[in-house]
Amino acid sequence: MNPQSNAMPEAPLDSQVPAPAVISATRRMYWSVRRELWESRSIYIAPLAVAALILVGFLISTVHLPDKMRGALALNPMQQHELIQQPYNFAALLIMGTTFIVAVFYCLDALYGERRDRSILFWKSLPVSDLTTVLSKASIPLVILPLVTFAITVVTQWIMLLLSTAVLLGSGVSVAPLWSHLPLWHMSLMLLYHLLAIHGLWYAPIFGWLLLVSGWARRAPFLWAGLPLLAIGVVEKIAFNTAHFAAMLGNRIGGGSGGAASTAGSMSMDSLTQLAPVQFLISPGLWIGLAITAAFLAAAVRLRRYREPI
Amino acid sequence: MACIEAHGLRKTFGTTVALDGVNLRVEEGRILGLIGPNGAGKTTALNAILGLTQYQGELKVLGRDPWTERDLLVRDVCFIADVAVLPRWLRVSQALDYLAGVHPRFDRAKAEGFLAKTNIMRTSKVRELSKGMVVQLHLALVMAIDAKLLVLDEPTLGLDILYRKQFYDSLLNDYFDCSRTIVVTTHQVEEVQHVLTDLMFINRGRIVLDCSMEEFERRYVELTVHPEQVAAARALKPILERQVFGRGILLFDQVDRQQLASLGEVRTPSIADVFVGVIGNQAGQAQGAAR
Repeated sequence: MNPQSNAMPEAPLDSQVPAPAVISATRRMYWSVRRELWESRSIYIAPLAVAALILVGFLISTVHLPDKMRGALALNPMQQHELIQQPYNFAALLIMGTTFIVAVFYCLDALYGERRDRSILFWKSLPVSDLTTVLSKASIPLVILPLVTFAITVVTQWIMLLLSTAVLLGSGVSVAPLWSHLPLWHMSLMLLYHLLAIHGLWYAPIFGWLLLVSGWARRAPFLWAGLPLLAIGVVEKIAFNTAHFAAMLGNRIGGGSGGAASTAGSMSMDSLTQLAPVQFLISPGLWIGLAITAAFLAAAVRLRRYREPI
Repeated sequence: MACIEAHGLRKTFGTTVALDGVNLRVEEGRILGLIGPNGAGKTTALNAILGLTQYQGELKVLGRDPWTERDLLVRDVCFIADVAVLPRWLRVSQALDYLAGVHPRFDRAKAEGFLAKTNIMRTSKVRELSKGMVVQLHLALVMAIDAKLLVLDEPTLGLDILYRKQFYDSLLNDYFDCSRTIVVTTHQVEEVQHVLTDLMFINRGRIVLDCSMEEFERRYVELTVHPEQVAAARALKPILERQVFGRGILLFDQVDRQQLASLGEVRTPSIADVFVGVIGNQAGQAQGAAR
């Protein structure tokens, strides 16, 4: 359970045995994360499948693209801007929504599935501590999935742009409005910020809670993840006729008011002015959330130590 | 240094006592069979030794406290919990990669060598392998780890006799040496009789027999008694008596072999018969006490 103990080279008990290669904590972590990717291939398959669907749909829609672009020229720049960006934002939103759902299901199964199929006994026979295991599992929704989402979204958007360009060039319509209204580099930067800030940091307590439940529940982790929250909300409502807890949850899931972006939740990714990274980083909500995440994860580590296969 | 040393090891689940003051000492280089009826506390004892469960009392494994020093201990200890714990989604090649990645004492070439003797394909997933092949795979992985203590909890449960035989053969020929210790629990005691160096019976959380196999062979004698000598043989207080084809077969504990030889044919009994004698008597006494 102690992170330092993993990193420390250990003197072999028997001096005749040559000292074994010391395996660093980073290397254990790396293999643990790879292990998660082997097990849960939906981490990249689901967003890739959605991206493929988006591209198929978009490809069909390019039939009308030259007409649409000619029509767009009649609109004012603001409307043009929105019309051109709309499919790109929609693609990003769809992929992001998919990976969020993947993350939720991943977390609920992460520490539950290994107990249910008893494979925890195999993993525990290897020198990987509970802390490393839980952290590697937490890194999937907090780091890996945001990065996967980012990469897949950016590639999808570029393919969409290149497809559109090819179609427009083929039909003799100017591509200038398309390119001038689609600052893809800028949009990518915004997307990355959103993913790291909201999905990686702001949502961390949600994933921490799901991991904790998955390490605790003996059955139906999905129900256990939701019912206690509902119960707290109901009790609060009946006892005090208030809804602070529900509001707090809503705020957390909605992305936080005055959070990473001033219009959080509405996924317009075209202006840096909407971002408030400093404001976000000093907001108490973020840090309280991260502290709660740490507590949830610490509890999950402890549970993994004590819980037996079901 | 003893490999495993326990004093007054206790573990309770609610009101059920799983381990009731177990004392044991296993020296390095032994193959210990831990034999007991279902629910006797075998798995609990192994879990305590492996640091998978908390316990009361004193326990040292390779000089370490298995619960508090588990992360260090697990580098020198291997275990096969039972046949079904390898995750079904794991590919054979992934298992090799992962172990090479995280285990400082894993020798990949060795594991590949063991696997080459089997029909297991590198690209197969565990779910595609037969039960026997899963055990072969697990054993190949474990034998490639240079561990000091190997714990096997019902390793051959549900395997056919060929795989079972092969399992113990490769364990003895390819793995065991005097610097390693093996602890095995099994119900298939006939098959391990000639594998073990030490024997322990556990019943209702207590060790009821603890001896080396040499001692076992000295101590227990099975007598196929001549019909006219039955009364004389019974007077020596056998711990078990049964009839086979109309002849009485009596099991004795610490009775002079020469004396018994005059009453019939003597031989070393099987572990299974001694088990029935020792544990069966206890159960009878317990029932008698309950009445």
